[in-house]
Amino acid sequence: MTSSFNWGLPEAASTFAPEIDFGIKLLHWAMLIIFVLWGIFFTYLLIRYRKRPGVSVEAAEGGVWKSLLPDGFILVFELALIFFYAIPVWARIKTILPKSEESNVVAVIAEQFVWNIQYPGPDKKFGRKDLKFIDSGNVLGLDPEDPDGKDDITTLNELHVPLARPTLMHLTSKDVIHSFFVPAFRVKTDIMPGLKIPLWFEPTHVGKYEITCSQLCGIGHSGMRGDVIVHTPEDFKSWLAAQAAEKKANQ
Amino acid sequence: MTTSLHHGAHQQGWIQKYVFSVDHKVIGLQYMITSMVFLLCGFAMVMLMRWQLAFPGQPIPLIGRFFADSMAPGGVMLPEFYNQLGAMHGTIMIFLGIVPLGVGAFGNYVLPLQIGAPDMAFPRMNMLSYWVYLPGGILMLLSFIMPGGAAQSGWTSYPPLSIINPGQTVWLIAMIFLITSSLLGSINFLVTVLNMRAPGMTLWRMPIFVWAQTVSAVLLLLAFPPLEAASILQLMDRVAGTSFYLPAGLIISGEALNVSGGGQPLLWQHLFWFLAHPEVYVLILPAIGIVAEIIANGTRKPLYGYKEIVGSMLFLGVMSFIVWAHHMFLSGMSPKLSNFFVVTTMIISIPSVAILTCLIWSLKGGSITFSVPMLFALAFLPMFAIGGLTGLPLGLPATDIYLHDTYYVIGHFHYVVVTGSVIALFGGVYYWFPKFFGRRMNDFWGKVHFWGTLACMNGIFFPMLIQGMAGVLRRGYDPTLQTTNLSTQHWHVFSSYSAWVLFLFQIPFIVNFFYSMFKGKLSEENPWKATTLEWACPSPPPHGNFDKPPKVYRGPYEYSPPGGKRDYLPQHIEKEELA
Repeated sequence: MTSSFNWGLPEAASTFAPEIDFGIKLLHWAMLIIFVLWGIFFTYLLIRYRKRPGVSVEAAEGGVWKSLLPDGFILVFELALIFFYAIPVWARIKTILPKSEESNVVAVIAEQFVWNIQYPGPDKKFGRKDLKFIDSGNVLGLDPEDPDGKDDITTLNELHVPLARPTLMHLTSKDVIHSFFVPAFRVKTDIMPGLKIPLWFEPTHVGKYEITCSQLCGIGHSGMRGDVIVHTPEDFKSWLAAQAAEKKANQ
Repeated sequence: MTTSLHHGAHQQGWIQKYVFSVDHKVIGLQYMITSMVFLLCGFAMVMLMRWQLAFPGQPIPLIGRFFADSMAPGGVMLPEFYNQLGAMHGTIMIFLGIVPLGVGAFGNYVLPLQIGAPDMAFPRMNMLSYWVYLPGGILMLLSFIMPGGAAQSGWTSYPPLSIINPGQTVWLIAMIFLITSSLLGSINFLVTVLNMRAPGMTLWRMPIFVWAQTVSAVLLLLAFPPLEAASILQLMDRVAGTSFYLPAGLIISGEALNVSGGGQPLLWQHLFWFLAHPEVYVLILPAIGIVAEIIANGTRKPLYGYKEIVGSMLFLGVMSFIVWAHHMFLSGMSPKLSNFFVVTTMIISIPSVAILTCLIWSLKGGSITFSVPMLFALAFLPMFAIGGLTGLPLGLPATDIYLHDTYYVIGHFHYVVVTGSVIALFGGVYYWFPKFFGRRMNDFWGKVHFWGTLACMNGIFFPMLIQGMAGVLRRGYDPTLQTTNLSTQHWHVFSSYSAWVLFLFQIPFIVNFFYSMFKGKLSEENPWKATTLEWACPSPPPHGNFDKPPKVYRGPYEYSPPGGKRDYLPQHIEKEELA
């Protein structure tokens, strides 16, 4: 819809956010119109056919076709929504993923009640992870012997991403079901333990946006949050370089 | 067996008559009182939660000091206690409140009367059903005082969280009781409807309420066994070291979980929603049945599209088994599966629209009386419409990406289940009260109850839709911890005040109910001048219901027949007698 009224939705900051907002606004306009027309008819009936002395009940009407009219109208509206809106948009967002080579690829490892973010580093390869390496100093369980993991960058509750390029995430959970939600990007998925869930988005504005966990994950659920920091491509490059240098210096 | 049960003129002791009764009416009233007590418990829980949501971290006033240190030390609610209240609110409202009230109470009491039967087909099984439900409910409530407290993983109990959290074992055992009770009841309802109808009561002469109960019974019968099995599997995961729902390699707070793995948490979600979606229709169908009865009676006109309503209910029943995964679009299941479930989900909305259309069309040409039951029945229509419409953006996967797990979902289903089902059930209480006790409830206080309840319910749930649009997530113990929530925090405060005022408006209802039971105005035998068979016997009906088995001569809603002297033709009276 072209209206400037946005139904209380927050700022939209990803490439597909406007598509989702379009659906939400369209549906709410439709719902409002249906409800108001229906409400007017309902109120009319209540007033017109209230019990009055001397006015008797009208003879019952036969046939059901009149009542099937709204059903048919709603059915056509819904089928149009499914095939021209819901399925195509869903496919673009959820089933068609951007190519790894063209994306900023990150791994997100959720646990009670933090977001661990892992970048592959300059070699563009993620280090091997194994349960047996997990301890307080190595929460992800990175294999210390694996050369691919030497340059990996990890952050806590901070996801740095470049502008104007898709970020492709592989989400896993160490313990229970979490759900990755960035309201401004209109992106959300549950993270099922035992599965690796892909998810992508492409930011359209530089800035800081909140990540929240939207699936009840225990007593710290409401405090499980983080931030996406969207950099310009140049800033992102220098951020990565700085992180890589720091990583090297620490070794 | 039935003969000795129904026509024995022997003296019954008090215990046999009022406690371990096999009379469907006594069991129905037992269900009614018990389920209303549970509704109040579930409501009390949410009133506490609403304090934490409106004023996070502040001590609960007045009653805060009475809570144990494991719940709310110094009156400040702990997150584990909040999560327990949340899980138990959902469980109690659905499994111990609304379903037992809609099915156990109204179904038990009214259904045999409306088909002209002396009792349910299996009176002892009926009694057993109540006596399995009650311990299940008490066990559920008692879990609060067990070590570790009550279940705290949401009413949906998603593993792995539910398997590692305390409290869940008791929840599962109590659920097995409740499911068993439900299965006993549903078999009984089906056999009763199919075998015990009075002569002349063909299927197409059954009132809508009976049809609604029949479809609900089929849903309960077919949908609950998978959840019973699923619950037993989860119980085994907790107590016997199996891992049906646990994959290998879980690390809980830095420690590897010692299980063999190989399980799949998604399996639980599929089994759970395979029950829980049909369950939504078990929550709403009896309510629709009640509304249809009241509207036909209150407009003095036959229902419009009787067969269309029945057909729609049957279609809803069938379809409700193939829409469950619309609760799981974002669960991590293959996104391609969603395409199937979005189509079935949109199709299932059509019969609901059809039912609503028929009910509103029934008003046309009528002579509408605004009695208390009629007010509730009429309010059901627009409120259920809001509930249904807000389901649209949740049913489409694309828009669900944003709205899933937000307060929008909470607003949506509370519009369906509270302003829908609960409002209709209140209407049912006012409508059949004269049948239950031979007395009327007070009209004035009924209207106070109605307007207060309707306004407050909207005051609670409409802000949730607004908050959901702003991205506020459900099940958050402290909403102020996330910056997304801050802009709409004032709506939490508004919702909370509405909830507490809603409680005040229930007081007139509770007093009216118990006062009228003993002191209310005596009612005539058929105070609403209704056509259906429950009004063809004394109020309250004696053991065995009808003096002689009634004969049925016509359909259920023959109001205002053309050329007739009176404006209603009861189902059991032959035309000659009327002349």
